[in-house]
Amino acid sequence: MALYRVKIFSLFERFWHWSQMLLIVVLLITGFGLHGFHGIFSFEQAVTLHTSAALALLVLWIFSVFWLFTTRTWRHFIPTVSGMWGVLRYYSFGIFKGERHPYRKAYWRKHNPLQALAYLMLKIVLFPAIWISGLAYLFYFAWRDLPRATEWLTGIAMVHTAAAFLILAFVFIHVYMLTTGHSFRDHLMPMISGFDEVDLSPEEEAYLRKDQPGDIR
Amino acid sequence: MRASIAILISLLALCFAAPVSAARDNWPTPPAAPVSPPQVSGPLQGGTADHAKFEELQGPFASGSEVTEACLGCHTEAGQHFMKNIHWTWSYVHPETGQQLGKRYLINNFCTNSRGNEGMCAQCHAGYGWKDESFDFTDETKIDCIVCHETTGTYYKTPNSEGHEACSVMFAGKPPIDLAAVARSVALPERANCGTCHFKGGGGDNVKHGDLSTALTEPPRTLDVHMGVDGLNFACTACHVTNRHVWAGSRYRIISKDTEGTGLPGQRTDVATCESCHGLSPHPVDSLASFKLNDHVQSIACQTCHIPEFARGGVATVVDWDWRTAGKTRDGEGYHEEGYIQGNGEHRYTYKSIKGNFTYDENVVPDYAWFDGQMIYTTIDTKFDPSAEVIEINGFTGSREDADSRIWPFKRMHTWQPYDKGNGTLVYTHLWGEDDAAYWGNYDMGESIAKGMADFGLDYSGEFGFIETLSWWPITHMVAPKEEALACGDCHAPEGSRLASVEGVYMPGRDHNPWLDIIGTLLVGGTLAGIIIHGLVRFFSPKGEHH
Repeated sequence: MALYRVKIFSLFERFWHWSQMLLIVVLLITGFGLHGFHGIFSFEQAVTLHTSAALALLVLWIFSVFWLFTTRTWRHFIPTVSGMWGVLRYYSFGIFKGERHPYRKAYWRKHNPLQALAYLMLKIVLFPAIWISGLAYLFYFAWRDLPRATEWLTGIAMVHTAAAFLILAFVFIHVYMLTTGHSFRDHLMPMISGFDEVDLSPEEEAYLRKDQPGDIR
Repeated sequence: MRASIAILISLLALCFAAPVSAARDNWPTPPAAPVSPPQVSGPLQGGTADHAKFEELQGPFASGSEVTEACLGCHTEAGQHFMKNIHWTWSYVHPETGQQLGKRYLINNFCTNSRGNEGMCAQCHAGYGWKDESFDFTDETKIDCIVCHETTGTYYKTPNSEGHEACSVMFAGKPPIDLAAVARSVALPERANCGTCHFKGGGGDNVKHGDLSTALTEPPRTLDVHMGVDGLNFACTACHVTNRHVWAGSRYRIISKDTEGTGLPGQRTDVATCESCHGLSPHPVDSLASFKLNDHVQSIACQTCHIPEFARGGVATVVDWDWRTAGKTRDGEGYHEEGYIQGNGEHRYTYKSIKGNFTYDENVVPDYAWFDGQMIYTTIDTKFDPSAEVIEINGFTGSREDADSRIWPFKRMHTWQPYDKGNGTLVYTHLWGEDDAAYWGNYDMGESIAKGMADFGLDYSGEFGFIETLSWWPITHMVAPKEEALACGDCHAPEGSRLASVEGVYMPGRDHNPWLDIIGTLLVGGTLAGIIIHGLVRFFSPKGEHH
């Protein structure tokens, strides 16, 4: 095994990440504005921006789910406990002593176990919670005549708001994590250039050199 | 890469294009017309007869009834049609509650009751000579055609009985009416015709309704976008469409939620709801906001957003009336005081010996509530607990759960008025008359009630007091141009929401769960604190090997 600079984030993944980031920032700012925490936008502007961004994000997610399953990259997000303890220990203690991060990216494992679990939870818990509640919220007037609609709306609003708080907390931790280990720039660049240092087996290296020479430097 | 940039840009464009297209243009608000069009009075336009040329209308006429006979000579069925409407009967039995309603019977919290005071109040009866119970409601010649149809503006009515001289002096010295000229001027009713009575309900300009005042006689479109002389110039009957002299739109049976919308030719002409012209999706779907606004039609009456304030245009409305102070005299004479200057510069009475104290308001933000169109009246027959604090003259029902209810704007009228303290009922007061019991002239409330009740065989305990009453007036006129309609944030706001008191619905922006907000804020705050602490510990920790 040896370290190489390998393209681990394809063009689509980078586009996905950054447009998702932009949309989530718009959604968080307008959403908390709608909730009454600030008045940067008028309610009408905030609703328009929030709804537009949400619909755009849903379209993006549809593409990303299609991408994940057709490219088999969904496997990066399979949860594993292998190596989890080391990562947890590192962030709790090792990092303060200046230890090396215990995890090495592998070609079919570009996230460390903690990352993979966090992103998986985001994908299957928080994001569905917010978009399902959000769509129900948006189309309230289509079901307002059902029994107990008001109580349902109150519950839906609470789920939506709670998920928003959790996503905001995730965003803070996610950005902070970039400052750990290597430099902030070293963490950021792979999501821009696509390339990062990856532990490759000789077979993987040989495969890339022959079939995807542009993906390895 | 170029493709992805294009996608990103188009996503961004989607985010920002929508608010731009939501910018308020002038559609469908009619733009200001450079030349005032003639008043639009119902669907029929361009009549084929010039009444000024009719031999029958050349006069002379000795009385209004003679004019009516001339009218009925050609309009043979008009009399029978007319005698069925409430302008004539002043009576309405509600088909659902069975309550006997109508001006003839009801008690309000202005001048309280017309019953027994017809000599004065029936000036606004579309007939001639109703001063007491002997009036013949089957006599077609007693119909007053010209009050609604004349267009000279010189016609007026005076009380049907003399009344006490303290009051009758108000009607002295008016110029004589040229009935022949008035008769030849007849046309479809204009705002001024209806306004003769409807703008002055409750005893003065805009006293009663709040959204019907003389400001609407020649209003700018900014005051009412339909009636504006520089806009559509609608007469009342453009919306209150008439079928056999029966008008669409009723205060006794209100359509709070129209689910039918517009009619094709030949279909519904019997309604005066906003939806009957504007349809059930009134906002053009050119933005996300309009899409949401069209959804709101299910919960919010059009009037709620489109009449941001009533009693606009410089004419104030009375919002509080205190009968307790009535009856004060100076040297044995009644008097009045002016204490309010309204927007158009006119002085208004704030005290009258015959009526008590008034409080005025202008540019009033309405009260808002769920309303199903059903008013439940406290009538002369209603018994209530004599120690009750507030009586609703016309309480109403409605809720979020009710399919017919929407959130409506109301004028709230508060009054202290006399009631029967012994029996727990409202009372008929005998205000107008030539006798010694008439309050207007004699200022003895006890005697006035005793006679007012006895004349109609009603039980009176002999002991009266004053009780607080409320009446609710759904607001539906003075529709502002759309640029001045409420914005989303006027209701969807944590502080100062127009709908702050409206219950039964979760409104984003207005409502939130305080616990969730506290926990969420602690979570995010705690995350940030954790990050800072983690970062600080890292910063001050001994550096190990550098990568």
